[in-house]
Amino acid sequence: MGKFNIKINGREMEAEEGNTILDVAKANGIYIPTLCHHPQLSVQGACRICMVEVKGLPKPVTSCTTPIAKDMDIQTDTPVVIKQRETVLELLLSDHPLECPTCDAGGQCKLQDLTHDYKIKGNRFEGEKRKVPVEEVNPFIRRDYQRCIQCSRCIRVCDEVRGIGAIQYAKRGFYQKVSTCADKVLDCIFCGSCVQQCPVGALTEKPSKFKYRPWETKQVETTCGYCGVGCSLTLHTKNNEIVKVTSRDDTLNKGHLCVKGRYGYEFVKSDKRLTTPLIRKDGKLTPASWKEALSYTAKRFKEIKEKHGPDSLGGFSSAKCTNEENYLFQKFVRVNFETNNLDHCARL
Amino acid sequence: MSNSLHDLDEADLFLVTGSNTTEAHPIIGMQIWQAVRHKNKKLIVIDPRKIELTKYAAMHLRQRPGTDVAVYNGLARVIIEEGLADLDFIRDRTEGFEEAKEIIMTYTPEVVEKISGIPKEQLIEAARMYGKAERASIYWAMGSTQHINGVHGVHSIVNLAMLTGNIGKPGTGVNPLRGQNNVQGACDMGCLPNQFPGYKPVNVPENVERVEKVWGVKVPTKPGLTLTDMVNSMGTEGGIKGLYIMGENPMMSDPDLNHAKEAFESLEFLVVQDIFLTETAELAHVVLPATSFAEKEGTFTNTERRIQRVRKAVNPPGDAWEDTKIICSLSKEMGYPMEYPSASKVMDELASVTPIYECVSYEYLDKGVAVHWPCNSCSIDRTSCGTLIMGTPVLHEGKFTRGAGKFLAFEFQPPTEWPDDEYPLILTTGRNLWHWHGGSQTRKVSSLNERSPEPYMELNAADAKKMGIKNSEEVKVTSKRGGITLKAVISDRPTPGVVFIPWHYKEAAANILTINALDPQAKIPEYKVCAVRVEKTGGGQKEPNPYSHYPG
Ligand code: SF4
Ligand code: SF4
Ligand code: SF4
Ligand code: FES
Repeated sequence: MGKFNIKINGREMEAEEGNTILDVAKANGIYIPTLCHHPQLSVQGACRICMVEVKGLPKPVTSCTTPIAKDMDIQTDTPVVIKQRETVLELLLSDHPLECPTCDAGGQCKLQDLTHDYKIKGNRFEGEKRKVPVEEVNPFIRRDYQRCIQCSRCIRVCDEVRGIGAIQYAKRGFYQKVSTCADKVLDCIFCGSCVQQCPVGALTEKPSKFKYRPWETKQVETTCGYCGVGCSLTLHTKNNEIVKVTSRDDTLNKGHLCVKGRYGYEFVKSDKRLTTPLIRKDGKLTPASWKEALSYTAKRFKEIKEKHGPDSLGGFSSAKCTNEENYLFQKFVRVNFETNNLDHCARL
Repeated sequence: MSNSLHDLDEADLFLVTGSNTTEAHPIIGMQIWQAVRHKNKKLIVIDPRKIELTKYAAMHLRQRPGTDVAVYNGLARVIIEEGLADLDFIRDRTEGFEEAKEIIMTYTPEVVEKISGIPKEQLIEAARMYGKAERASIYWAMGSTQHINGVHGVHSIVNLAMLTGNIGKPGTGVNPLRGQNNVQGACDMGCLPNQFPGYKPVNVPENVERVEKVWGVKVPTKPGLTLTDMVNSMGTEGGIKGLYIMGENPMMSDPDLNHAKEAFESLEFLVVQDIFLTETAELAHVVLPATSFAEKEGTFTNTERRIQRVRKAVNPPGDAWEDTKIICSLSKEMGYPMEYPSASKVMDELASVTPIYECVSYEYLDKGVAVHWPCNSCSIDRTSCGTLIMGTPVLHEGKFTRGAGKFLAFEFQPPTEWPDDEYPLILTTGRNLWHWHGGSQTRKVSSLNERSPEPYMELNAADAKKMGIKNSEEVKVTSKRGGITLKAVISDRPTPGVVFIPWHYKEAAANILTINALDPQAKIPEYKVCAVRVEKTGGGQKEPNPYSHYPG
C-alpha cells in the first residue's frame, strides 16, 4: 500500500493508504473526539462528533469514515467544526435525562466529558424527550434507553464481534430505539461487551448499581480464574470489595469476556467463605487457631508416615491455584511426605 | 496448544472436535467464529452434540459417543487414499508412518459408518476439505479425551495433523483446550506422580540432581500414584491413609461419587485447604482457610502456554491465609522450613528447576510481555499487531521437540458401558456457559445462579416423545451406580439415544451416575459415555427457564 505525506494542523506527517483521517490522527497523537467509533467495529459515521475540515472540500467531513488521501491538509479544531460539535452535543443533550448524579456512568461518560470540554451551557433545542422504560428483566444488564445516544456500538459489537445479534434498532425517527427481537426480554450470552462499549450510561451492570462512583475505585490487572483461555481482567475495587470487572482492549481477549469472567466475582465476598481453620473434634468440624491446626496436621502426617510408610501419604494440588502455589505444594509433598503420590484434576 | 491465539486466525480451516468451545472456552469460541464469519475460514465440527459452532460449520459430523478413534482413522484413510497427504513432511519430519498406515487403511468409510453412524459421503467430504486446506488447525477438549481410549484419540488427532503437514506453522497445529485456568501450570509445575517440574521424569538421575541441588534434600525417585489410583487405593491394604488436598473438590469432580465418598471416608487423616467448605472439606479432619484468585499474587499458565500475572485486589476474609503461606508454615512444622519474601521469589526458584520456564520472571510479565514456554531466551519479539512476545508461541517449528514426530494408530475400542435393555440411553456429561465445575464458586454468584438456577438434562425430542416426557418435566436418571432427580429440557442438541447433563449442580451431581472406568495410560475417567435409564418421577412439569439462548 502506498505511503504519502499529509498535513494535520499544519504538521507534516506520513500516512498510509487504507487508513481513515481518524486513524492517522490517532497514530500521531492528535486528539479528535469520537462517540460512535471503535477500532474493532465497522465504521458507522453515526454521531458526527469527529468532524474535521479538509482544505479544498466544501464542508467538514467525519474523520472516522473519510479515507486519508495524498496531500490532504486537515484542520481538527477550526471554529466551524467546533460549532458543529457543539450543535451535535446540544442535540444529544436535548433528549438526555441529565441524571448524572445517579447514573453509573457519571464520571466515565463520554457525553459528560465532551459537554464539559465544549463548555455547553443551556440548550437551544429544549423540547419533548423520549420516554422509554428501563429494561432490566435479566440478572446482569440494565438498559436505560432514555440515556441512549444511538451510536449503535452495542448493536455492532454484539453482531460483529460476539456473533450473537441479540439487539437491533426498532422503529424509526424520534421513536427509534435499540431493542431485542419483538421487544422481548434480553436473552443472550450476557457477555457484557455491549456494556463495555456503551459510551454513556444507557447500558450498565446490574450487580454494580449504586456500589461505587468511578473515581472512588482502584483498578487491578489480573487473569481470570475460570477457564483455560486466561482472559485478562481489570478488577475495580472499593472498600476491599470487587465492584465491577472490565477488560482492556490491548489484551489477548481484546477486552471481551464471557459471563463468568465478567460477572462471576461475587463468590469472593460470600459469607460462606472459610475464615478460620477447623479441626474435627468429636466428629464435628470446630474452629481452631492456625497454631493448633498446623501443629496437629504436621503431627498426624508424621504419625501416618511413621506407621505406614511415605507411600501411604499423598497430595492433590489444584488446577485453580497459581504456579507458585503448585510448585510449593509439590515440593512440600516430595520433601516432607517423601513420596511422588501427587496429582491434580487435569483429567477431570 | 502447539500454537497460540496470536496466530489462530491464520488458519484456513478449523477442525473442532470434542469441544463445546463457545461455552467451555468462550473467548476462543468467539475467535474461531470471527475467523469463519469475517475471514471466510472453513469450519468442520466433529461432535455427537449440536453446539453453537455447528451453526457456522461447513460440515458437522455427528458420531455415536465414544467412537472418535474410528472417525479420525477414517479421515486419515481418505486423506492417504486420495493423495492429499504431505509426503515430504512425512518423510522429513516423522516416523512410524508405514506401521500406522496398516491400521488406518482398515478404516474404510463403510467400516466407519457402521461404527460411528456418520454417513460415508460426509466422512469423505470432510477428509477432502481438511486435506486440501492450505493451513488447518485442530482444536479439541475433554470430549475427545474423557474416554477409556482418550490417549488413542489424541494420537489419532495428531496423526491427522502430521499426515497433512499441519504442524509447526502459524495457523496450524494440534491444540488441546485446557479446562481449568491453570491446569497447564499445575502440570508444568510437576504436580504429577511421575514428573518433576518441567515434565522431567522422577527416575532419571540428572533430573533428581537438578531438584536436589536447589532443595537441599533427597527426593523420592519412585513414580507415585495418579489421583484416580490414589482414590481407588483408599481403604485397601497398603493404600493411601493420609491425604492433603489443596483447592480441589473431588467429591464433585470424581466419577462414581458414592464410591469416592466411601474412599475418602476411609482415610485416617484428610486435610483440605480451600476457600469454601466444599463437599470434600466436609469429610476432612482439618480444614485450612485459603485465598481466592483476587486475594493473592502469582501466575497462571493458560492453554496456549502463556504465563500471566495474577494480582491481589482485595484482602482475604477473616483469618484466611494465602496458600503459599499455609504450605510454608506447615512445612516448617514438618521440619523443613520454606520461606519466600514474595511470589516473585518463588517464581525465581521454580524457573531454576523448571527448564521450560528458564527465563520467566516477574520483570517481563509485569511489563506486559506475552511469555510462552518453552522460554529459554530473554529476547523479545514484536508481533504484527504490536504485542511483545518472549518464548515460543508456536511449537515444533522446524522440528518436533522430541525429534521426529511419531505416528501412532490404534484400533477403535468400544466404551466400557454400552446401553442395554435396562439402561437404554447414553449419558454424556460436560459444562455449560453459566457455571463452573462443581459450582463451589459460580453457584454463589447470585446473577449466574438466577440465570441458571437448577440442574437439568438435555433430551432429544424423539426420545422424549417415546417416553412421554414433557419439557421441564421432573425425571429420575439412574445408572448402575446411583440415581439423581432433575428436570428434562427437550433439545435438538443431543442425538436420539443420548442425554447430556452438566455437572455443576450438587443437588443432582452428574458424577453420581458416571462410571469409574479409566484410560489405562492417562487415567482419565470415561465421563463422556455411560449407560442410564430415564423415568418420569410424577413430580410434574417445573417452571421452564425463561431464557433460551443457551440451555441451563
Ligand atoms: S451482553 Fe453480549 S450477547 Fe448480550 S446483548 Fe450485550 S453484547 Fe450482545
Ligand atoms: S445503548 Fe449505548 S452503545 Fe447502544 S446505541 Fe445507545 S448509547 Fe450506543
Ligand atoms: S472470561 Fe470466560 S473465556 Fe475468558 S478466561 Fe474467564 S471463563 Fe474463560
Ligand atoms: S465518531 Fe465519527 S461519526 Fe461518530
